[in-house]
Amino acid sequence: MTEASPPANLAERYYNYAYLDEQTKRMIRRAILKALAIPGYQAPFGSREMPVPYGWGTGGIQLTAAIIGPDDVYKCIDQGADDTTNAVSIRKFFAKVADVATTEDTSDATIIQTRHRIPEQSLKAGQVLVFQVPQPEPLRGLEARETETRAMHAYEEYGLQYVSLYENISAYGRIAATAGYPVMIEERYLMSPSPIPKFDNPKMDDNEAILLFGAGREKRIYALPPHTRVRSLDFEDYPFEVQSWEENCALCGAEDSYLDEVVLDDAGNKMFVCSDSHFCGERRKAGHSGPMAGHQLDQTVEGNTP
Amino acid sequence: MSSASRPLIIVEGLAKTFVLHNAGGAVIPVFERLHMEVRPGECVVLSGESGVGKSTLMRSIYGNYAPSSGSVRVLHDGDYTDITQASPHAILDVRRRTLGYVSQFLRVIPRVPTLRLVMEPLLDNGVDPDEAEGRARDLLSALRLPERLWALPPATFSGGEQQRVNIARSFIRQYPVMLLDEPTASLDAENRAIVVELIRGALTSGTAMIGIFHDADVRDAVATRLFPVLEFKVAA
Amino acid sequence: MNAVANIQAEPLLRVQGLSKWYGHVLGCRDVSFEMRPGEVLGVVGESGSGKTTLLKCLSGRLVPSSGQVEFETRRHGLTDIYALSEPDRRRMQREDWGFVHQNPRDGLRMRVSGGANVAEPLMNMGQRHYGEMRRSTVEWLERVELDTSRIDDKPRNFSGGMQQRIQVARNLIHGPKLVFMDEPTGGLDVSVQARLLDLLRELVRDLGLAVIIVTHDMAVARLMADRLLVMRRGEVVETGLTDQVLDDPQHAYTQLLVSSVLQI
Repeated sequence: MTEASPPANLAERYYNYAYLDEQTKRMIRRAILKALAIPGYQAPFGSREMPVPYGWGTGGIQLTAAIIGPDDVYKCIDQGADDTTNAVSIRKFFAKVADVATTEDTSDATIIQTRHRIPEQSLKAGQVLVFQVPQPEPLRGLEARETETRAMHAYEEYGLQYVSLYENISAYGRIAATAGYPVMIEERYLMSPSPIPKFDNPKMDDNEAILLFGAGREKRIYALPPHTRVRSLDFEDYPFEVQSWEENCALCGAEDSYLDEVVLDDAGNKMFVCSDSHFCGERRKAGHSGPMAGHQLDQTVEGNTP
Repeated sequence: MSSASRPLIIVEGLAKTFVLHNAGGAVIPVFERLHMEVRPGECVVLSGESGVGKSTLMRSIYGNYAPSSGSVRVLHDGDYTDITQASPHAILDVRRRTLGYVSQFLRVIPRVPTLRLVMEPLLDNGVDPDEAEGRARDLLSALRLPERLWALPPATFSGGEQQRVNIARSFIRQYPVMLLDEPTASLDAENRAIVVELIRGALTSGTAMIGIFHDADVRDAVATRLFPVLEFKVAA
Repeated sequence: MNAVANIQAEPLLRVQGLSKWYGHVLGCRDVSFEMRPGEVLGVVGESGSGKTTLLKCLSGRLVPSSGQVEFETRRHGLTDIYALSEPDRRRMQREDWGFVHQNPRDGLRMRVSGGANVAEPLMNMGQRHYGEMRRSTVEWLERVELDTSRIDDKPRNFSGGMQQRIQVARNLIHGPKLVFMDEPTGGLDVSVQARLLDLLRELVRDLGLAVIIVTHDMAVARLMADRLLVMRRGEVVETGLTDQVLDDPQHAYTQLLVSSVLQI
């Protein structure tokens, strides 16, 4: 912001700044503080009706609304991409109701709201990553009773979570779960990382940024303060491992990023590209190229416009 | 064994009366003030007409019936255990190690093969399974139970076959005290003779026995004395 | 089992003056007894006699109105289970006890495979080696006479008798000291019932388990139990050695109960 005089209609403009009323934001902030104080614990909060349906990120939007200020720089990604409908809409929403600058650049952002990915580029102290969470309870698929899962968390009874990993190995010969892979926080609370690929699980461990998780429909907030220990569950004889690809990114040639498979035509031709669109674009700007560089899809990705 | 040794069973002042609450509280007295002592090597045969209370006395001694008063003391681990007062687990322990019982009928357990059924008393007392099986085979052979039956549960056996399984089960280990309730009832002459030999063998090695024998020949062959239950019949 | 050693053993479970009221309605009243390791106790009586209430109170699932349930815990010795903290009580239930429900749906996770159902207690106790757990599970499926090639089938694909055997394996694999059984053969065909009872009888003997089995079936009681509690209208009306209670019942109600059994 420049030193120019504030807008004449400041008071009116900041009435219900960032969409939510002040009392609601205070309530959410209290839940965030509680969640940060007990890493991995699901703090209940009074989730509000939002102008989007449940499942479109109401939890993440409320978290963002509660922590955002006019000086923030906001980035929103969906499956790693800045340019999907949902990401674009939510980004515009906050540009409008919070009057903030937006960016697609991971390193420029102070708040990054995400669905299903953690950016490839390492986060730094001072950044906040806000996750949209459909189901905060990692044990829910195995135990339907909330009273029971709460008791399990309270008493650290996590044997049941291993049942699902056991089932995986029995069925597929390995732990086949690829997304929403359960993690143990500071060897105390079992936590669902939201449906991020397990490829991203190691990025949570000892992260410099604050990670916030919001589930709007389920009315839960949980959080990881900077430098929290995050361990992915596994068996002694079936250790945790992340996905890997034989291919590199077809556009930027990256060897160590999370790749999406893109079907190109009815003949079954396909390509693998980085799911993190900003990361891919930055690499191409820096001169990296993959085997299909110059493909027409290349044009649609930010960073390569002539 | 000399008759001077300690009795293995001492029955004192025993009385048994049935009260049938669902038949207008009918009271059926059977016997009272009954005394009996049995020493090692003795075979006391209960005598009297049918209905005089022989089986009731036998079952009262075994703890299967609850006597109305009196005591039944069995020498167990060097001490006398009063069956009428002992806790269920104490009675089970006495039955497991000291007090054997051969009834007329075999209580068949579904699915358990004959050989296993006969081995069980040994297994219950911690005998090695291989040794137990060997002894069970020997005994079943001696009792001339066809080998093809050994692997089958005795549910479908004839009365005589079941009876022999029952006897094998009871004689496979030596109980210090044995109660025999018509053990030869459904047996033919040859098998009766084999059972008589088993009983005599046990007596020689010091077992104390109380028996009910309908068959006069068997009774005469094994009894050391008779015990007329009628003498203790409750006066009408 | 080795009753020789157990005869003088300290009680595993001691129940004193246990009563449960549902408001003004009596569940069970003034029940007291002791159990030793390896003992099998049958609780018999008709529907509504308080058997299930008693079982729930004994197994830590229903807080009694008065009285005590003491269990020989690993860490505190003989302790009132309702005086333990909830996590301690849950740990004890998980590690030292088993509970076989009448309906396998109440005792199994229907959404996970039979094998995982059997292995879960091991995971609950902290085992984290898949291969070892898999081996124990196969062993236990064999012990309960299930086809081990079906280890990964869901419970719904098994018959009622097989489901019940999965439940039995699940409740024995972790080596409990005391197992509660609520009409374990109740919902099964007669032939399946006989097979399961025989299996239970063998396992109980081989493992030296203490068992409290609730049943309204006198034949089940005779086959399984060393001694019986006969319940009527919430109270224990008769107790004693199983064959004595069944062959020479003393109480009017027990006489009625025993004489009501159909002979075949």
